[in-house]
Amino acid sequence: MSNFFDKSDLSRSEAENIVSETLQKCDDGELYLENSKSESILLDDNKIKNSSYNSDLGFGLRAISNEIVAYSHSNEISKSSLEQSSENLKSTLKSAKGTYNHEIPKSNKKYYDNINPIEQKSFNEKIKILNEVNKYLRSKDSNVKQVTANFLGEQKSVEIIRSGGETLSDVRPLIRFNVSVMLEKNGRKETGVYGVGGRQSYESYLKDDNWKSVCDEALRIASVNLESKPAPAGEMKVVLGPGWPAILIHEAVGHGLEGDFNRKKTSAFHNLMGQKVASEGVTIIDDGTIDNRRGSLTIDDEGTPTERTVLIENGILKNFMQDRLNANLMKTKSTGSGRRENYRHIVLPRMRNTMMLSGKQTQDEMIKAVDKGIFAVSFGGGQVDITSGKFVFNCTEAYEIINGKIGSPIKGATLIGDGPSILKEVSMVGNDMMMDPGIGTCGKAGQGVPVGVAQPSILINKMTVGGTKL
Amino acid sequence: MVKDQEFLEKKASYCLGLAKKLGVTESSVIVNNSVSETVNFRNQKLDESNRSDNLGIVITTFIGKKKSSISSSNLLNDNLNILIEKCVETTKNTPEDEFNSLPDKNLLAKELKDLDLYDDTHIENDEKIDYLKKLEASASSNKKIVNTESSFSQNKSNFILANSEGFCDGYKTSSFTSSSVVVAKDHNSMERDYEYSSKCFLKDLDDSEELGKLAADQTIRKLSPKKIGSEKIAIIFDKRIAKGILSSFASAISSSAISRGTSFLKDKINQKIFSGIINVIDKPDILKGLGSRSFDSEGVKTETLNLVEQGVLKNYLIDTYNGKKLNLKSNGRCGGSSNLYFENGNINYQDLLNSNSKTLYITETIGHGSNVVTGDYSVGATGFLVENGEFKYPINEFTIAGNFKDMFQNITLANDLDFRYATNSPTMMIEGMVVAGK
Repeated sequence: MSNFFDKSDLSRSEAENIVSETLQKCDDGELYLENSKSESILLDDNKIKNSSYNSDLGFGLRAISNEIVAYSHSNEISKSSLEQSSENLKSTLKSAKGTYNHEIPKSNKKYYDNINPIEQKSFNEKIKILNEVNKYLRSKDSNVKQVTANFLGEQKSVEIIRSGGETLSDVRPLIRFNVSVMLEKNGRKETGVYGVGGRQSYESYLKDDNWKSVCDEALRIASVNLESKPAPAGEMKVVLGPGWPAILIHEAVGHGLEGDFNRKKTSAFHNLMGQKVASEGVTIIDDGTIDNRRGSLTIDDEGTPTERTVLIENGILKNFMQDRLNANLMKTKSTGSGRRENYRHIVLPRMRNTMMLSGKQTQDEMIKAVDKGIFAVSFGGGQVDITSGKFVFNCTEAYEIINGKIGSPIKGATLIGDGPSILKEVSMVGNDMMMDPGIGTCGKAGQGVPVGVAQPSILINKMTVGGTKL
Repeated sequence: MVKDQEFLEKKASYCLGLAKKLGVTESSVIVNNSVSETVNFRNQKLDESNRSDNLGIVITTFIGKKKSSISSSNLLNDNLNILIEKCVETTKNTPEDEFNSLPDKNLLAKELKDLDLYDDTHIENDEKIDYLKKLEASASSNKKIVNTESSFSQNKSNFILANSEGFCDGYKTSSFTSSSVVVAKDHNSMERDYEYSSKCFLKDLDDSEELGKLAADQTIRKLSPKKIGSEKIAIIFDKRIAKGILSSFASAISSSAISRGTSFLKDKINQKIFSGIINVIDKPDILKGLGSRSFDSEGVKTETLNLVEQGVLKNYLIDTYNGKKLNLKSNGRCGGSSNLYFENGNINYQDLLNSNSKTLYITETIGHGSNVVTGDYSVGATGFLVENGEFKYPINEFTIAGNFKDMFQNITLANDLDFRYATNSPTMMIEGMVVAGK
């Protein structure tokens, strides 16, 4: 664990005193300290293009009074710097008349090991694997014109000091291994991308030449796209494959169920609690407690232990995801969903691992039920307009379905739908729930945080496919 | 207060000195500091205040043709010693790349023009609050507005870029930004829209009441949208969306995409890629320009580039590494374009609206639907149906798709260019795009 006060003129007890004094008339708040070390090694265009190492240290002091949040952060962990932040907060909240909420749940459960993945594999070993990836892909298919592969490793130590000196801490490992391959055939270029990752050592993902299966998958997607034809345009049935396509759930309903948008009544879901928002058989949870997953957290960035939050149960809206601020204002409890990208940012209610649970049908039954539609297997990014509820995402691997049979691959197209109504259009839920491979990053208010998604195959009765073929 | 030049220079030369002692052949360092203060309002009340003080350093070391870099926010010498040692060690272990090097000395910027990028004015939080009160009162005056979130931010930055070839320069910049995001509601729908203003100088910032009114008007007119059918039709992109198409063009002509072969515009230099009346310019020395700079992030001097002349692609955006790979000189675009814009077209805005009996006017797109490898473009969109030059009704939940290769050939621009952003376009019409709707 990091000792944040080692090289500082500020002692732990002085810091505790400043925190308690700053927050005495506030409802909530804390000093958040963070030390992160990260590494990135990139192979591109036949060479190790970039090797970089980052060490980041800083604090953020937060005070909450009613709906008002005052925040100040700095890289310098020093007495003068913390005092300046304290003054800044006090001047914003000079009329605060609250009572500090000392209550915070405790748990001994941990969902990942205290390791530094960067140190667990030598630099030279990582370079060796990247070079092998390059060689492997280029020798496997002569159409391969470009290979990019990279390792990203991080260890983030956080400490939360609350008024009165209560201290909570966590050490979070995170790695990611990505491969991107571009093929060129008859003047046409297409790419395929695949990756794996989570809160474990590199070795857990790469033992026994596992990297080859990551390469194979990237190459397979690129090869499929090389044969793809223009996507259809218009409203039709859509079958989503299991796993990563659950970013549809993330965009379509996940964001709309975050506490802040509902407290502010700007989410299309804000007045639907307890009501039917999805077809029967649709259950969606947001879970921070799955071992070693990318979106898992032992405690969130306010110190609350994470949990498995049921959002929608058998079609009925049950819970929103909450941080302490929004939970307090909505007279409920934090769900351990308070997250921030790093100490430069304020806490917001965010998703962790968002999952639709398995139903009873098979993927085969779904395909057979479609006369004309598409089968979407993988996606790139997605986005949502919380207020109107409209969301999109981009297919990176998809096929047409004609008369109950999977046909030709189709070019990357955008799918667009309406969040509050899309889950009512789900007519079959598969028995094949799968987690994503551990590569997702969710963006909100300029902050990116690692997340996971999971779902079984599902059949959606109608969605608009944004192709070019009318 | 943002750190002064002397502090940043001292850190930079400390790093270069230490790296040299540890045996590197070349090195470069960027030290920066930015201090920003933001006040947020929600529904006419104070919601958040945020002060941010960011220090950062990036050091790149070369040993012959081997290269590595480190970055940190901790500028204490103790920490820098550890990191630079680590960086040098990693450099030794990194395979050689023949194109790795600092920029050619004769390309480095020498005499810097004063581009007027720094306003010393400090606006206190109380003054920000006054501005936001007026803004939100104006934004909330219509009963249909049910939520307003507005923000006022002051940012002051300073940086030094230094390298072992003797380059050492940097300058202060400032920005003042106000924004308002509002939600409107009627019995059919709830919609959100926004407006913002960002300027180097406080006195140039948009009037608070006008900005609030604009945000509200733009949102209210989106209420009760209709769905539309699928068809091939002309699309008009509002300026705030049209600039995104120009950004995709800039990514496609970056020397890294070209040298890696991952751009649909590879090998298109001196070829006609736009319709013949289109000119694209990247001008780094606009006074007070949001994208202005005296040199790029490697210290290379920047000059105005005519990227597209009468539809013909004339230049890529080139940095040192990819330039060497392509056998071209860096043109000072490490880090991308500066003030990038389409020159005005030759018809006015209303004539553009009138030019087809039916068009779709797009005010917002969502999704990451631009693929610069293939040129494919497919995004979700929101906007208005325009018939015979008149806005008929709002539309949403549809997509627009095409391929940049065709879209670029079918662009018509209005003559209403202004410089609100770093990348700017006049209102743009593209014919023959495919809309997918209900």
